[in-house]
Amino acid sequence: MSIETTVRAEFEQVAREQEKVLSGLSDDTVLLESGLDSLCFAIIVARLEDQLGVDPFTASEDVYFPVTLGDFIKFYKDAAQA
Amino acid sequence: MPPRPETLRAALGGGATLFGRRHSVQLSAMGRALDGDLTGAHVLLRTHDQLFAALALIELDGVAARIVIAPPDVKPEHLPSVIERAAVDVVVSDDPALAVDGVRFEQVHLPQAGAAIPASRKTEWVLFTSGTTGLPKMVAHSLEGLSGAIQLAAGDDVVWGTFYDIRRYGGLQILLRALLGQASLILSDADENVADFLARLGRHGVSHLTGTPSHWRRALMSPANAAIAPRYVRLSGEIADQAILDSLKARFPDAAMGHAYASTEAGVGFEVTDGLEGFPASFVGRPGPVEMKVADGTLHVRSPRTASQYVGGGPASGGEQNIKLKNDGWVDTGDMVELRRSVGGSRSDQKEERYFFAGRTGGIINVGGLKINPEEVEAVINRHPGVRMSRVFGRKSPITGAIVIAEVVLADAANDDATFKQAILEACREKLPAFKVPAMLRFVPALELTAGGKLSRHA
Repeated sequence: MSIETTVRAEFEQVAREQEKVLSGLSDDTVLLESGLDSLCFAIIVARLEDQLGVDPFTASEDVYFPVTLGDFIKFYKDAAQA
Repeated sequence: MPPRPETLRAALGGGATLFGRRHSVQLSAMGRALDGDLTGAHVLLRTHDQLFAALALIELDGVAARIVIAPPDVKPEHLPSVIERAAVDVVVSDDPALAVDGVRFEQVHLPQAGAAIPASRKTEWVLFTSGTTGLPKMVAHSLEGLSGAIQLAAGDDVVWGTFYDIRRYGGLQILLRALLGQASLILSDADENVADFLARLGRHGVSHLTGTPSHWRRALMSPANAAIAPRYVRLSGEIADQAILDSLKARFPDAAMGHAYASTEAGVGFEVTDGLEGFPASFVGRPGPVEMKVADGTLHVRSPRTASQYVGGGPASGGEQNIKLKNDGWVDTGDMVELRRSVGGSRSDQKEERYFFAGRTGGIINVGGLKINPEEVEAVINRHPGVRMSRVFGRKSPITGAIVIAEVVLADAANDDATFKQAILEACREKLPAFKVPAMLRFVPALELTAGGKLSRHA
């Protein structure tokens, strides 16, 4: 499964478990307006670390936080290549 | 520095305004927000809206004998115990539906013209802290203790904003800073999304903004952060890591930045302003109102701001009254520290000795500034029929500092399925506030015990 598919699947899975309604999952979706809260993102980041073996938030030298889903996916793709 | 006022009301002045989400109140013109005379009362303050909590605090400080400040997520089933242990005789709220049978009720409303009840005493302020059994522990403070770290030299153009709730320790600090400094404050609201709050902060011209590292990470993930340009950025309530400090410096290059160390029981400890995580080793043993020492690998703090006592005994104390926290005044914060050469961040070229935070004794988990006792969550899980035992612990998270993880041993291994997992989590959601519910739960064949037969907490 590609990184992008894995990330999207995890968003949907966590939304279901936490009983949140996703407003959409396009590349332009602003993460904080996706219907998920900080706790959901924390769970997604932990699970992606288990699945992909990388936590770009901790590993990254860049000092920035992703704003859109597109940023978020790119964040993981870049970290996986590093 | 002006003399410190005796009561909050005596401090009001200037052009300061409290900005709530729905209402704003000009403080210098503030009349009465409560109709009854609560002189000498033991008040339980429980509101929906933070603005009304602030108005009631101004009205009651110096008048009531004791104000017990209920945090927003207090469980209704805990109220009878709180009322009994704190000898509460009046409930103050913005909603008559929050009245308690058999206890006098007073509604707090927007201020109306009227002369204030004269101050006649030093009011005891009581805050909640996490208890091991789910029952909240209550910790008594004085206004002097709570505001001891506050420098009263704020400029006229200071507008405070905080992501915190003012009914918890961190937020209350900011409310007091604003009121005592005659500065305006923009209050948050639990039902407001991050983008709307950031827009509101921008509209009212926030200059000093405070929150936990988790609050700040969330703000940095919102495009609406373009609306704000604070001159001072402050982090507290959780350990600040280098990543969040660097991110904030990059986003707000001109802002002064500080991360503060405080706990409900030990009071405000110290603030670090060099932009690096941890704190300089020279802080330990330095003279000043806050003394620090490191013993058995944990940070101990002694300060006149330390809470004076527990109210009505800790839940585990069997009802013993008003236990002093520590005879010699030293409080073990439970925060483990390690002494290392500074390798703080990319911008660090210093070679000083520095202490870094290395987790908590007793396994307390800090999720976005809210603390969780693993035993409390384990007790809920273990009550589920079909569970033999469980272990709850924190896992580091770059988003919320930590998340709660549960490992569960089933009585019957055949139940190892998603439906059963959901049933356990559902029981947790019913009994616990959302941040205490395990974010991940997995079934394990066994959990390690110590030689003494206790659950081993070091996996």
